[in-house]
Amino acid sequence: MKLTVNSKETEVKDGCTVAGLSTLLTLPEKGIAIAVNNRMIPRTEWENHVLQPGDNLIVIKAACGG
Amino acid sequence: MKKLIIAGKEFNSRLFLGTGKFNSNALMEEAILASGCEMVTVAMKRIELDDKEDDMLKHIVHPHIQLLPNTSGVRTAEEAVFAAQMAREAFGTNWLKLEIHPDPRYLLPDSVETLKATEELVRLGFVVLPYCQADPTLCKQLEEAGAATVMPLAAPIGTNKGLQTRDFLRIIIEQASVPVVVDAGIGAPSHAAEAMEMGADACLVNTAIAVAGRPVEMATAFKEAVIAGRRAYEAGLGAVGQNLIASASSPLTSFLD
Repeated sequence: MKLTVNSKETEVKDGCTVAGLSTLLTLPEKGIAIAVNNRMIPRTEWENHVLQPGDNLIVIKAACGG
Repeated sequence: MKKLIIAGKEFNSRLFLGTGKFNSNALMEEAILASGCEMVTVAMKRIELDDKEDDMLKHIVHPHIQLLPNTSGVRTAEEAVFAAQMAREAFGTNWLKLEIHPDPRYLLPDSVETLKATEELVRLGFVVLPYCQADPTLCKQLEEAGAATVMPLAAPIGTNKGLQTRDFLRIIIEQASVPVVVDAGIGAPSHAAEAMEMGADACLVNTAIAVAGRPVEMATAFKEAVIAGRRAYEAGLGAVGQNLIASASSPLTSFLD
């Protein structure tokens, strides 16, 4: 199924969880947060949160700023 | 010097540093350490999926430093709450520099949305340090909403223009019962010293250090200025004369008579 990660179309297997996506994309283990359809998903829910076709994900990390 | 206390946490340094605009993360880290600061801001951005860049976070995570994630880039209270939740998850802290400036030209904070977001974020358990207009009425409202500090601007972000809002900052400092952190526009150590002499509890500096010829030296200069200004405030400054007539500090009589 297709979904978008930071506006980029991404193909994942049906039933893929947020944790699965994190592994697939080799996201850093620390210092990031993931939102699905503008709702932040706590890391403790990554294993159980099953992604749906068309989901819109935002993945953020630290940046320099004042 | 008295320690700064925010939301029950003690700080030895009254200088906060922003992390934007440095030429490299290594230079930024060196400046942070030279400044002696214990509060450092961090922003957020979308990760690139083939990201290979140096992780800035590892340069600012030190045992003595409180991370202060900001909400830069949000335009409304609703977006600020979302950004705050992302920041808390990513950086493991509930401290937050709330900044809502929808206008990219002047980057001036939106007071209505800032107050609304403060109320909601306090309810959600965040320690909220709102960047705000130097508006004494607004600062009292933010305080009543549960803000841990108020952070009124001295001048627009990045302008280095110093305490353009001086008279309002004085009123804010006089009225506040939470720490007042002068944020934005501080362009020289003398500006920071002046804010501290006025009784500000801390200063947040970024551009003036990051774009200096030698940022590490400038960080040290700001450290010294903030300490000097605070010491002077605590020592009690002499009254400013009301007219031009001099007042001798040496005896003018006797020894030639």
